[in-house]
Amino acid sequence: MKYEEIVHRCFRCGYCKFTGDYSDFNCPSYRKFFFESYAPGGRMWLIRAWLNDEIKNSERFQEILFSCATCANCVEHCVFTFSDDLVNIFIAAREEMVNKGIIPPAVRDYLKNINISGNPYKEPADERGKWADGTPIQIYAGQEYLFYIGCVGSYDERAKKIARAVGNILIQAGVSIGILGNREICDGNEIKTLGEMGLFQSLSEQNTALFKELGIKKIITLDPHAFNAFKQDYPGLDGEIEIYHYTQTLAPLIQSKKIPLKEYEATITYHDPCYLGRHNGEYEAPRKILESIPGVELIEMDQNRENAFCCGGGGGNFFTDILGGGDDSPSRIRIRQALNTGAQIIAVACPQCAKMLDDAVKIEELEDKLEVLDVAEIVNRALA
Amino acid sequence: MSDISLSLAEIVGENYVSNEEEEAYFYARDPGLMPAHKPDYVIVPKTAEEIQKIVRLANKEKIPIVPIGAGMALTGLSIPLKGGIVIDMKRMNKIIQVNEKARYVIVEGGTSHGVLKAYLEKNYPRLRHSVPDSPATATIAANVMIHGQGRLTQQYGFNSDMVTGLEIVLPSGEICKIGSCSISPEWFSKGAPLPDLSGLFLGWFGATGIITKVAIKLYPGKKMRDVEIFITDKEGLVPDIIYEITHTEMVEDINIFAQPLPLIFKDNHHITIFITGDTDEELEFKRKMIWDALDGFIKSKDGGFMSVPPVMKPTLLDMPQKSVSRFADVKKGGGFEYSGPIILVERYPECSRKVMELGSKYDLAYSAMARIIGRGHCMMFGFAFTFNRADPDMMDRVRKALHEVSDYALSVGGVFWKATVDEQRLAIKRMDPNTRNLMHMIKNNLDPNGIMNPGNWEVT
Repeated sequence: MKYEEIVHRCFRCGYCKFTGDYSDFNCPSYRKFFFESYAPGGRMWLIRAWLNDEIKNSERFQEILFSCATCANCVEHCVFTFSDDLVNIFIAAREEMVNKGIIPPAVRDYLKNINISGNPYKEPADERGKWADGTPIQIYAGQEYLFYIGCVGSYDERAKKIARAVGNILIQAGVSIGILGNREICDGNEIKTLGEMGLFQSLSEQNTALFKELGIKKIITLDPHAFNAFKQDYPGLDGEIEIYHYTQTLAPLIQSKKIPLKEYEATITYHDPCYLGRHNGEYEAPRKILESIPGVELIEMDQNRENAFCCGGGGGNFFTDILGGGDDSPSRIRIRQALNTGAQIIAVACPQCAKMLDDAVKIEELEDKLEVLDVAEIVNRALA
Repeated sequence: MSDISLSLAEIVGENYVSNEEEEAYFYARDPGLMPAHKPDYVIVPKTAEEIQKIVRLANKEKIPIVPIGAGMALTGLSIPLKGGIVIDMKRMNKIIQVNEKARYVIVEGGTSHGVLKAYLEKNYPRLRHSVPDSPATATIAANVMIHGQGRLTQQYGFNSDMVTGLEIVLPSGEICKIGSCSISPEWFSKGAPLPDLSGLFLGWFGATGIITKVAIKLYPGKKMRDVEIFITDKEGLVPDIIYEITHTEMVEDINIFAQPLPLIFKDNHHITIFITGDTDEELEFKRKMIWDALDGFIKSKDGGFMSVPPVMKPTLLDMPQKSVSRFADVKKGGGFEYSGPIILVERYPECSRKVMELGSKYDLAYSAMARIIGRGHCMMFGFAFTFNRADPDMMDRVRKALHEVSDYALSVGGVFWKATVDEQRLAIKRMDPNTRNLMHMIKNNLDPNGIMNPGNWEVT
């Protein structure tokens, strides 16, 4: 297994479970299950036990491995020099399990759906670009930016609204964008985190070839997960192509008043998506956008930026739901954290977070107290 | 599911009970070197009432129960030596009440030091508690249960001395309050002026009951902290230096470390002196008092203050000190263990020579680390060895070195801290017979079925 030489080095001291100030446990799977085995230290010790044949690849072991949301809280707070590799180690263990064909059925089905349909929803590829019907957004034909949507923004009803909101603002701001429409394929971020490296490599190569064929020089992504895949995991792509999350494009346009905004009175708290924040260090662009809206009061949750609590959707859990369910599901905990701020709106910058938190608000029966909106949807409400 | 599993699931809900191999593997061991023993069940309760039911079930079925906080003692105290039910306390993590003016806090039995520290910093910045250098997950209840020490131990004694009340689930399943809270709504004293019953539980490693609530003293939290390091290469002078520093009564905490690597530390004893103040003037006054107290050693060229590099200060001032955990990776192997007998400060010179001798004899990376307890009344002297978890031979050499430490500590008048089972046996063997008989009476009367953390403090 990759990283096998590191696994025994975990002291299981538990700093990885906490926020930086120790105010709370911040590992989503530990918060839900509350057995040490579901914390990063538990995973490290159990992976080693598995590699040493002291335990088997059981359903429980699979749940322990695949409930990791790859949120990287452990990477942020582990005190050892190998901290950067913690999530990579968990993914490497998943890769071993995938290669041996012993994985949870929900993971298997997700991977099969991507392989067969090109998306996890088993929807036809020729419906991928339909979200843009009725908008002025055009198919890519040499525009300055490719606007890359991803599977969730293309097919999920809640996320499609966010895709349209972002596209609308970019067009209104005069940003030259085009989409791939039916030619767009999955970015593969979740496939990689679930350990299917062959499929990920194939998607990476297909996407890279398409970008080159079309002469794309700049990409704006809707989804932080795609942003992460292109920026961190596609060999050589970052550098050849400029890659932005949409909030990074919008922030300077709004701050320089190229997108005029009217008064929009609202108290808002912002939820940092793990793949924009901890994985890529972008904490400020979404906040700058929100702070630039006249009338908006931005209140922080205690767990913010590097210490943000994951919605529980990362690492494939958005699709497999291994981490969901119950009072202590991460999305419900996060919603309660947002509610404690007194904010009316929890802002997100990720379609997966939006969907996870939307569902949690409904389960918690808080629809009349807390609204989940993407940053772009809030900006749309404030457009002059 | 077995009948026991079903019964446990009825108590806490099936999501919080496991008899799976994965939890059995993990909870069978701690990060130290003690042999693994698998539990039959691991359970994560939320309330004292649930623990009562678990204990009653265990009593009825004669199943061992072992409470665990963070499991960071390293000496195997939460390893279920005879199987049974491991009760992971960390879901019981509420801070129940802070009495600001009386300076105490009541917390649930699974509340960690980290959570309390963060809570006080945010809500009561003028209050603090004695934070140990074990990782932030270490629980307050487990720490007092093992007579842990912390950042305020030089001023106020063992962390267990700071307890002001306990709520215990007895081996019978009854809940018992200890201290002023037994007759008053206030939790300001664990004993006086009543008979102090806390000693029936503190130091017993869960062999007489499970702490479900604990109150501890809080102390003034000053606005500023700083650290000075006084160095000497003459270990024989360390007790005298400590005597002079503690005489000033100006110090928050005193730690000593000595280790061969990195080479900048070699052959020196680093007396790390922490000070606090609300103003620069207060800090400066304390600093001057300490410098004046040690002036003789400086003039005789027996020691001096080192300039603490700015990059080193945050590491030293960190609470808890993460660098303590990092010692586990010195050999890139994720392990360290130490024996930390409580011993007179005057024994520092021979202890520091002994740890060097053992490091050399067994070819081990080591560190001597001491924490002064009270105004020099005694110290914890840590004989610490790091090891590579993937190197069985190195692990075995550490075991042998620690075994020698156990014998050595007794030979120089020390008493084991958080004693391993072997050390407990040694202590019991050496103990005054009447003391041993008293322990036997207490244990047998409280826990006639012997279900509470069996194997620990078994006095026959």
